[in-house]
Amino acid sequence: MNFIRRQRYLVDYIISSMLRRKGKNLGLMLVYSLIVFMLASVMLFTHALKQEVGLLLHSSPEIILQRMVAGRHDFIPASYLEKMGRIRGVTSRKGRLWGYLYDPSVKANYTLMVSDEQALAATEVIIGSAIARARGVVPGDYISFRSFDGETYSFQIKSLLDHETELVSADLVLLNSKAYHALFGMPEGVYTDIVLSVSNLREVPKIAEKLSQRLPDTRPILKQEILRTYDAIFSWRQGILFVLLAGAIMAFVIFAWDKASGLSAEEKREIGILKSIGWETSDVLHMKFWEGALLSLLSFFIGYLLAYLHVFYASASLFEPVLKGWAVLYPQFQLSPSVDGLQVATLFFFTVFPYVVATIIPIWQVAVTDPDAVMR
Amino acid sequence: MLLNPAIMALILVSVVVVLMLAMATGFALQVLRHWDIRSGSELQLRLERRTYLISTLMSWAFAAEVVSLLLFIYNAESMSGQFVGAMCATGVLNVNPWGWPTLFMKIALFFGGAIWLILNALDNQGYDYPLTRLKYLLLLLIMPLVMAEAYLQLRHFLELSPDVITSCCGSLFSSDAKGVAAEVTSVSPAVSMWGLYLSGTAVIAAGLFYSRVKRGSAVFSLLALIAFGFALVAIISVLSPYIYEHPQHHCPFCILKSGHGFAGYLLYIPLFFATASALGVGVVGPWHHIASLTSAVNTKGRQLVHVSVGLFILFYLLATVYVMSSNLVMQGVWW
Repeated sequence: MNFIRRQRYLVDYIISSMLRRKGKNLGLMLVYSLIVFMLASVMLFTHALKQEVGLLLHSSPEIILQRMVAGRHDFIPASYLEKMGRIRGVTSRKGRLWGYLYDPSVKANYTLMVSDEQALAATEVIIGSAIARARGVVPGDYISFRSFDGETYSFQIKSLLDHETELVSADLVLLNSKAYHALFGMPEGVYTDIVLSVSNLREVPKIAEKLSQRLPDTRPILKQEILRTYDAIFSWRQGILFVLLAGAIMAFVIFAWDKASGLSAEEKREIGILKSIGWETSDVLHMKFWEGALLSLLSFFIGYLLAYLHVFYASASLFEPVLKGWAVLYPQFQLSPSVDGLQVATLFFFTVFPYVVATIIPIWQVAVTDPDAVMR
Repeated sequence: MLLNPAIMALILVSVVVVLMLAMATGFALQVLRHWDIRSGSELQLRLERRTYLISTLMSWAFAAEVVSLLLFIYNAESMSGQFVGAMCATGVLNVNPWGWPTLFMKIALFFGGAIWLILNALDNQGYDYPLTRLKYLLLLLIMPLVMAEAYLQLRHFLELSPDVITSCCGSLFSSDAKGVAAEVTSVSPAVSMWGLYLSGTAVIAAGLFYSRVKRGSAVFSLLALIAFGFALVAIISVLSPYIYEHPQHHCPFCILKSGHGFAGYLLYIPLFFATASALGVGVVGPWHHIASLTSAVNTKGRQLVHVSVGLFILFYLLATVYVMSSNLVMQGVWW
């Protein structure tokens, strides 16, 4: 208990001492919080994006099978569904029809996909909200697409796709298979690709192996691989930003070093007086430790809080283009807030640790000075 | 290499710690050559002042090492999604031959650092700093460990390539495989359970004996090391299957996952700190005879023993609770 009381007095003393030099400490805190804010924004944003991707891909099929012709993706004949035979572990398999359509009026590509579940009439479509924004249309309006042979077809918009899935459905148009064939002039009896659902994840690699044996001209794409790639890409983008921000961290370290070593005559006198009334070197070091700890904690919390607000309430407007990528029809989406222990620990190592290391030597230099030397 | 912030942070920490230790080592050489507490020369005065800097540096360096040990495991855990075949930290550590040595080196550093800090705290209590030379000699011994750790970790991260197909806990910690992990896994549950509780009783008894009689610090430390070993064996062979409620799953890393209530952290943290404080008792105890340290050895030794015994008891209680509350029943199979 003695120990705790001692630390309490030291904290008490250092707070009153810091309040006496508001300007200097506030300046340091501002810079410190800014550094934490920048790094924390990057981390929170990428983490939330990763999570979003994971959630979105959660319900996507485990295997996508594409046919390759001369190394290029080609249409897959419907007969391949029978040709692949029954594979143990596959719960469902079906062919998909989809493609891209360039719309010159908004200079963007739409993804058109045939949806059997939605029971659409040949003249009805369901569109993603980014398209609705770009074209300024609402459900009930008509939207027209130019087909492969120059004809223009009009479709009535039945409804908009959910906001929750906007990250993937921003540019999506769901339509009837008849309309699809009319727009693209594709022959009957072929699909763009085939998707397979597998209930046991451990069987996925084996099933993929069987598929490539039975249908040698196809390539299976696994959901696990897509997830792994996303994970690596987001980590990598985050890493690149961190490397760029390393310069800022260095500047901060130099700044902290300078602040800690360039003590004013008044501060030096204060320490001189403390030592002459019986404080030991270790007491001064303890006191300075608390100064650093309070300053770091406060700046860390302020910076982290601001970053949290920036990312989850202001859509991370500062780093968005780098981390998210860009497109004409860009999805608008609200990230779900999440904080992760690994992030906080990493952030701590990038900010508090350099600060501490930079201030150890200057603080020690002050703490060991003789009282008479500074008071003279 | 994967450019991931946690990896960058770990490399940054290891580099900074090596620099800090290098500074401390240069100073340690000076101390070993010139330290003379009776002299009033300017050099001696400078050395005495500098010891403050070195102990502050070392405290921070070791604190950073402790956090980096946790971060290393946590990071390995979270990267397991990026490697084919990896499901937890084991898979990531298996990606290249540097993973496991890095982990073991970090654990060794944790204990080495704890011993140094305890010795340093004790030395500062005596007015004539009687252990200074020993302390800095020890520092010279720790330095190569720190450098080796930094090197191993760097190699591990540089050679992490995502196209390697790694093998995970299912194949490493299975009793049919070969190697140390498999040997430990195949220890019979009854034997390891007896070992766990017997060594636990022995270490707690030795601790209570030391705190009463102030003798037997070395025995206590030794027993603590043995108990530590048995505890690790028991975690792999018995405790993890009970936590997973699956008799064949022995991984000591999957218990760190949130899906198992972070049980691993609750078990490992008390166990590691209990062992470190017990080693501290062994380091503090022998200096009873130095006049300027007698009372410091008494108070410090008692504090450390209490912390150590308390944490050991906490560990055994938690282990028992995990086994008792598990839905896995192995009556008639294991017992």
